[in-house]
Amino acid sequence: MANRPELLAPPEIFYDETEARKYTSSSRIVEIQARLSERALELLALPEDDVPRFLLDIGCGSGLSGETISENGHHWIGLDISASMLNVAVEREVEGDLLLGDMGQGLGLRSGVIDGAISISAVQWLCNADKSCHEPRLRLKAFFGSLYRCLSRGARAVFQVYPENIAQRELILRQALQAGFGGGLVVDYPHSTKKRKEFLVLTCGSIQTSIQTSKNEHGESCSEDDFSEDEESGTVSMSDRNRARKRQKTKKNKKGREWILRKKEQSRRKGNDVPEDSKYTGRKRKSRF
Amino acid sequence: MRLITHNMLSCNIKGVTNGFPLRIEAGNVIEKEVEFNPDFLRHMFAKLEWKALVEGARSMGYAELPEDSPDAAVLESDEAFLKKLHHALLELHLEEGALVCPETGRKFPVNKGIPNMLLHEDEV
Repeated sequence: MANRPELLAPPEIFYDETEARKYTSSSRIVEIQARLSERALELLALPEDDVPRFLLDIGCGSGLSGETISENGHHWIGLDISASMLNVAVEREVEGDLLLGDMGQGLGLRSGVIDGAISISAVQWLCNADKSCHEPRLRLKAFFGSLYRCLSRGARAVFQVYPENIAQRELILRQALQAGFGGGLVVDYPHSTKKRKEFLVLTCGSIQTSIQTSKNEHGESCSEDDFSEDEESGTVSMSDRNRARKRQKTKKNKKGREWILRKKEQSRRKGNDVPEDSKYTGRKRKSRF
Repeated sequence: MRLITHNMLSCNIKGVTNGFPLRIEAGNVIEKEVEFNPDFLRHMFAKLEWKALVEGARSMGYAELPEDSPDAAVLESDEAFLKKLHHALLELHLEEGALVCPETGRKFPVNKGIPNMLLHEDEV
């Protein structure tokens, strides 16, 4: 697997002019970013009243995600730390206003003015200490605090992230919850390592509508993982579908027909070729087998 | 950068309490046409700081906006006013210039329409 860009250099240096151009001219990246932005906009659950909203695109880069926002009829402000990426965005004549800024320094926007925020593949950059004066926790705090302030009541923030590991994801979540956000993690295609995408959906104030359910292999909806704040110890607990399944597995000692059918269904969900279930499935064989 | 964004931006320097609104030093202002949508204007109107908008528009060379914030009735019916608001908010672009913090006087330069809001290490 290629190196993660966050481990190579800080974002304003990694995304220099050549890299910025390469990023934007790669059709594969353009397509992926468009798809992720559409999904993020979907998860924002903006009211369907054809009134354009005022959105924030954090880590907008060369404006790939911003274009999707414009196509959906909304106005937006984009923030990015790399001047080269923003220059490419200017060349592409994006419709949103662009700001050169560091999200870890706080957003600098007035209270309650933003109707929604999206961020595609950007927030994980906050977890690295790129300068000696950086302390990731403080930067995350400044970011989430200022974001919470500038969002209007009932607005959502949707971040598509690539956390390096569980510790990073937990760090991001904890800071978000401490800032006052509620919300959950939506995982699309959780069983596929290539297609798997994580969206952190944060809400400001009470949740008006239900959080969108995530997609799996066949596009069916499956439940997402919710975050609930543990009041006493101040920890974040995550309920995991997989953990429940493991408990179920150890309960049964014998591998009966039911177990076989369940395993076959799992395999089908992963996309493997599985023979059809019939009356012969899991039937007791003669002792010779 | 358009006035709709300027109306939301405030100075982020540590210790600054009165960082809004940023004063505009206009170097080069251009006009770009944007589709007129009265619903959006009505939706945004509640969030705007009217005085900051009028002053900002004046610094960019547009003085057609009324001094006092209009009330809801005007917003519903007066299309001419809505057109003026639309023009000021979405069609005026500051290409070159600077944004100045009212409290500290720190300048945030604007190049190619992009304001540089990066803070120095001692300002965070």
